[in-house]
Amino acid sequence: MIHVDEATVVLGIESSCDETAAAVVMGGNDVLSSVIATQIEQHARFGGVVPEIASRAHVEAMTPVIRKAISDSGVGFERIDAVAATVGPGLVGALLVGVAAAKSIALALNKPFVGVNHLEAHLYAALLDDPDVEFPMLVVLVSGGNTLLVNMESHGKYSIVGQTIDDAAGEAFDKVARYLGLGHPGGPAIDREAKLGNAQAIEFPRAMLHEGFDLSFSGLKTAVVNYVRKHPDVSTQDVAASFQTAVVDVVVAKAIKAAQHIGAKTVALGGGVAANSLLREHMTSSCAQHGWRLVLPSRAMCTDNAAMIASAGWYRLLQDGPSDLGMGAMPNLKLTDRTN
Amino acid sequence: MIILGIDTATDAVSVALHDGESVLASSEIRSDRQHAEALTPMIDFVCKQAAIELWDVGGIAVDIGPGLFTGMRVGIASAQAIAQVIDVPIIPVTSLDILSAAVHSNCEVIASIVDARRGEVYWSLYRLIDGKRKQVSAPQIGSPELCAVDVLDRGQSTMLVGTGAIKHETEFRERLIPVLPLVEFADDKHSMPLASTLVEIAHERALRGDWVQVDEVSPMYLRAPDAEINWSTRSSQ
Repeated sequence: MIHVDEATVVLGIESSCDETAAAVVMGGNDVLSSVIATQIEQHARFGGVVPEIASRAHVEAMTPVIRKAISDSGVGFERIDAVAATVGPGLVGALLVGVAAAKSIALALNKPFVGVNHLEAHLYAALLDDPDVEFPMLVVLVSGGNTLLVNMESHGKYSIVGQTIDDAAGEAFDKVARYLGLGHPGGPAIDREAKLGNAQAIEFPRAMLHEGFDLSFSGLKTAVVNYVRKHPDVSTQDVAASFQTAVVDVVVAKAIKAAQHIGAKTVALGGGVAANSLLREHMTSSCAQHGWRLVLPSRAMCTDNAAMIASAGWYRLLQDGPSDLGMGAMPNLKLTDRTN
Repeated sequence: MIILGIDTATDAVSVALHDGESVLASSEIRSDRQHAEALTPMIDFVCKQAAIELWDVGGIAVDIGPGLFTGMRVGIASAQAIAQVIDVPIIPVTSLDILSAAVHSNCEVIASIVDARRGEVYWSLYRLIDGKRKQVSAPQIGSPELCAVDVLDRGQSTMLVGTGAIKHETEFRERLIPVLPLVEFADDKHSMPLASTLVEIAHERALRGDWVQVDEVSPMYLRAPDAEINWSTRSSQ
């Protein structure tokens, strides 16, 4: 087992979806650099991420992104102690670009490689600014691909308390934004429009609000579409605001219930939807009310990035040691699956 | 100069080291879509076999396709990553060049033909001039029929090599044999490009300074992503 401590420097690489990212992180949470090349514009005209286009863009961006991460960090390759990469979940062809690059760098530097679970890394994004949290911690992971309420009992120990039974929260934002003609990605667009609208204008359904810990967003999306069809003159801002409030109400209510259920000491937000202003606001006031400490990652660390990969890599290395150089991509990895 | 060669552009994964005189060590497997899993340990293995550190390598040769998109990208991303760390240039070589160089034939033309799936092939034609293979047609993608027409246009004795030649052998035989003076098919063992041939080509190119910087390498796809094809079809309707 290699020695891992506060001075251990990890190069992290992320290529699971439509961002090519690299970052250098020391000691698990000291971010020396974080570089992201986004492909949003290349996919925009297709209304979603096209796997083959994503893979092609990753190969093109990978070398310059790694170079910038190393140069921004102020340390050279010779100071890198380990290389971490997202091995899953994600698009297989996209993941393989980052995994191949990371393993090759590790081999060339003769340093360990560590395969990282992207979902676990989102949990660590919350800890980047605030690493000394008290467990158990409820992590509300809301992104375009996932909506999970996670009981983090300690580092590396997770169980899922609740999750969406259909669309992810971010997916609902994207679909509604597309329907309203606000473009892709939908999260920031809805957030912006909602600020100009009346959140009480339309009473959209809050699905499964009082049943268990699971969530559902598919009916809400349909309700929005039906409402706009029936009321073609409705203000887009009002629809955006009312929709956003419905999503946030459900997420916050379920999060509180789950946090009470696990006896949480801390609550954390993660994933792209965690950048949403209303969600941040409501989570802040609810947690204050219940006396839970809330960990809110910066907006830049909510969406896909490689600093969280390097951070999670540091913890994995500390707990489980390096991964095998024969590791490949694991496109269907679940949060509770081990990579090693 | 020691050259590390990486070839993952087809179903085979192979790695070789060349020291400027001969191949020091090489390894190859049929990977069944496990390119990323197989490649890194294989590079490590070949270096150890040759008792070479990666830092001793002066240039990295990589098969840039055409071939399996995912496989090509694994090889190119790996080559670029190593080249970036040890700060050496890259020698990009096409799969078609490698195929043509691996075979020996008395035919006047060698047709490198790689399976492109969906009933299509990637191909390029080579002539033997002064003992050297010279590419006489740019790499293309199309049906085996189009490829056969290209070969027939030259009207010369031809050896066909590659997975595309094997897959569509019956069709090529039917179209070419009645017309051309001689048609040969390369042995099965030459049907996939291998790093041991790649490093030989790369060595010759390196002597001429024929290499590129790490950022200048791009995969040779020859086929647009499906979404873009569908998009342009829709736009033109």
